[in-house]
Amino acid sequence: MTVILNQSFTGISIGAVLLLIALGLTLTFGQMGVINMAHGEFIMAGAYTTYVLQKSISSAGLSLLVALPVAFLVAGLMGALLEWLLIRRLYTRPLDTLLVTWGVSLMLQQLARDIFGAPNVQTHAPDLLTDNISVGGGITLANSRLFILGLALLSVLALTLILRLTPLGRRIRAVVQNRDLAEVSGIATGRVDRMTFFIGSGLAGVAGVALTLVGPIGPTMGTNYIVDAFLVVVVGGIGQLKGSVITAFALGVLQSVLEYSTTVSVAKVVVLVAIVAFLQWRPQGLYTLRTRSLA
Amino acid sequence: MTTTTEPVKAVTPHNPPPTPLLERLRVPSAFALGAVLLLGIAPLALSDFRLALLAKYLCYAIVAVGVSLAWGRGGLLVLGQGVFFGLGGYAMAMHLKLADAADTGQKLPDFMQLYGTGDALPWWWEPFANPLFALAMTVVLPMAVAAILGFLVFRRRVKGAYFAILSQALAAALSIWLIGQQATTGGTNGLTDIQGFFGYSLDDPVNQRMVYFVIAAVLLLLMLLARQLFVSRYGELLVAVRDSEERVRFLGYNPANVKLVAYVVAAGMAGLAGALFVPAVGIISPALIGIVPSIGFVIGAAVGGRASLVGAVLGAIAVAWAQSTLSDAFPAGWTYFQGLLFVVAVGFLPGGLASLWTVARNRRKATTSSGSEVTA
Amino acid sequence: MSGGEALTISDLRVTFDGFTAVDGVDLTVQNGDLRFLIGPNGAGKTTLVDAVTGLVKATGSVRFGDEELLGKPVQRIARMGIGRTFQTATVFEQLTVLQNLDIAAGAGRGMWTMLRRRKGVPEQVTRALEITGLSALAERPAGALAHGQKQWLEIGMLLVQDVRLLLLDEPVAGMSHEEREATGELLQRVSEDHTVVVIEHDMDFMRSFARSVSVLHAGRVLSEGTVTEVQADPRVQEVYLGRATEPESVTTPAPVPVGEEA
Repeated sequence: MTVILNQSFTGISIGAVLLLIALGLTLTFGQMGVINMAHGEFIMAGAYTTYVLQKSISSAGLSLLVALPVAFLVAGLMGALLEWLLIRRLYTRPLDTLLVTWGVSLMLQQLARDIFGAPNVQTHAPDLLTDNISVGGGITLANSRLFILGLALLSVLALTLILRLTPLGRRIRAVVQNRDLAEVSGIATGRVDRMTFFIGSGLAGVAGVALTLVGPIGPTMGTNYIVDAFLVVVVGGIGQLKGSVITAFALGVLQSVLEYSTTVSVAKVVVLVAIVAFLQWRPQGLYTLRTRSLA
Repeated sequence: MTTTTEPVKAVTPHNPPPTPLLERLRVPSAFALGAVLLLGIAPLALSDFRLALLAKYLCYAIVAVGVSLAWGRGGLLVLGQGVFFGLGGYAMAMHLKLADAADTGQKLPDFMQLYGTGDALPWWWEPFANPLFALAMTVVLPMAVAAILGFLVFRRRVKGAYFAILSQALAAALSIWLIGQQATTGGTNGLTDIQGFFGYSLDDPVNQRMVYFVIAAVLLLLMLLARQLFVSRYGELLVAVRDSEERVRFLGYNPANVKLVAYVVAAGMAGLAGALFVPAVGIISPALIGIVPSIGFVIGAAVGGRASLVGAVLGAIAVAWAQSTLSDAFPAGWTYFQGLLFVVAVGFLPGGLASLWTVARNRRKATTSSGSEVTA
Repeated sequence: MSGGEALTISDLRVTFDGFTAVDGVDLTVQNGDLRFLIGPNGAGKTTLVDAVTGLVKATGSVRFGDEELLGKPVQRIARMGIGRTFQTATVFEQLTVLQNLDIAAGAGRGMWTMLRRRKGVPEQVTRALEITGLSALAERPAGALAHGQKQWLEIGMLLVQDVRLLLLDEPVAGMSHEEREATGELLQRVSEDHTVVVIEHDMDFMRSFARSVSVLHAGRVLSEGTVTEVQADPRVQEVYLGRATEPESVTTPAPVPVGEEA
């Protein structure tokens, strides 16, 4: 029983990491249909931002808090720049976007290698987050995992509020639902696209800050997560936050339970089989916006 | 001239204009030229070392033939060809490892003696001791996996980016699974140090040349096969499916089957390429089949021209050559260059280098035809 | 071909997330008819055709001859002999006119034929090229055709597909007057040995070529009959003709209004 609970908590925290990474993708892939493979490198940018800040701010706790907004800004600006330079020219060719951004991701990885060196680096977690909380019955929860869970939920909340309540959010949703109509209604769709990309990529930066708490920082760290994160959006369904939230946690728990009963590598294969099986049942993902168009 | 009836439009059955002789000889002569280059000039002009490298590039070119069919013609972005390359490669390497072990009187391949848990061969290794079974599996295994995945995915109309991501996830899953099975698959190291190829020692340069000839011949044959598919009615239908899948369905076809054929054939080609890669290079490992090499299989075709068979093959050879030449001398520079190649080739030249040739030819045609109008 | 019921629709309903687009339609089309479906925007005309051809899920019953269509996949329905066009002409732009027609003719081809190169031109393709007047453009990529020519190519594709029932969604939208006339005559010729159902907004076009008319409104059949009968139906005048761009139709001398309850 204890094992199951501990394992579920591990699963939930894996899910929280997945969710943080996938959240940005629900905007850029889910809402705009752009497959940005460089999203993983925006995560890396967020992680290295934390590393750099910690070198200049000696307090681990303070540097982590400062890193959150700074990483959002750094990764967000990179995303907006990418959108402006390349992606906006490729909106009609989504599959080509995938390959083009993969090229960008290769270059960004090499850039990181040139600046920070090929070996992984490490940050120090604040003392508060290296502790564990014991909740009785032999169950311990790592503070860092709880922090990531909180950060993920907070990001979901913030994104929901932005999309629902702000004028920007209304414009984003308008452009997603009917680009032409939005355009003739006087919405500068180009600027909205860039802002959507800014927020989506910024969220990747925040995910990068969180990842420094659970693993090393390296040039290829983004690649390890990116495919899983895309799967979350595919299974969750296009254009729906709640789909991604449910899927991220479900996949996280499934993965960790399987890892416990088999091995990491077998778990990976079984999860993929489960996803293909799920798509037999719901090929459009968990939640879909049904339309009349022939799409 | 005062007739009231409209002149009846001449009812002539439509016949395509006869193709000029030169045009008809273009493809056979290009093929002959390729055969002479690959089977005649290259083995004469290149050192053993260079020829072995070319053999490796030609394996990538075989994968590109399939990519050109599935992606170039069918619009299926196959980001997981490494899976099929790997299945073919492992099937071949398992047999060769078993044969090597038998040659030296061992029961188990060397790595199993190191990491293995017992002295019994795993049951799923045993049939690979049979050379015919192993050879068949290099093609059947990848095609079967592609058929199952393709059937499930295309049937439910999972397409476009979804399909690309799923095929990529498959590549990731297989390489992670292989890494996890250290005792039976060699784990991260893969299957290495392969000595013989159906009784011929791979240390002997003459036998290495023989392997090269086999690879070059397979490439040429598969190009012929792909060309036949391109120009067949099936090839036209495949383009139609790429253009508008729904429309094809309303004509009474099931587009899932049309796509499935292209995907399965491309997988078989990748499997064969993987199988030939093993004797040419002497190794197969998870690092050669994961996400990164799988995307690499696509980029060669993209650079050369995904929809053009020759373009895709030349692109794959050129990119592989550039990789092994430049990546040693300028590791950082090569990575930037490779990234830039993706951006420029796919982003700004979606037809690849082959399209430059077409553009030039059309321009020439346009200028000559406008010129003749002026003189007329 | 005449007599007998080609298409029998009864109590057809289509719902999208709570919105009922087709709300219990009963409709019968006789063999050899040239039926026009008219109605204001949102009346459910296209959705009706979508349901018949298997594109959207529906309840009720659609029978083609003796066979039930609902629940069958799109390609099966197509193979049974029902073809359709779309509001925006969808042809395979990357392929030539000839290739488009050849593909349309080939759903029943065996594997061996598929794997070989196309040699010569199948007879029915030649005929379709003539009927649609596209013979001279056979080698032209379909993407380079004018709008009207694409629509004709689509109709030609249905002919070589060897369908018995053609469902055409606004075939003359965006066409010039001459092209409309030519299309109308083409449809009349086609309807000699096919059953044709046309969704149309153009009232002049309907008056010139329709053999019978069904008026859809808010997902139901409002009225049915010949052009004159339908035009005289006061309910039709109220919901459709009356406020459409057809003031003269209201003043058309009306015989006894025939209300056909659906």
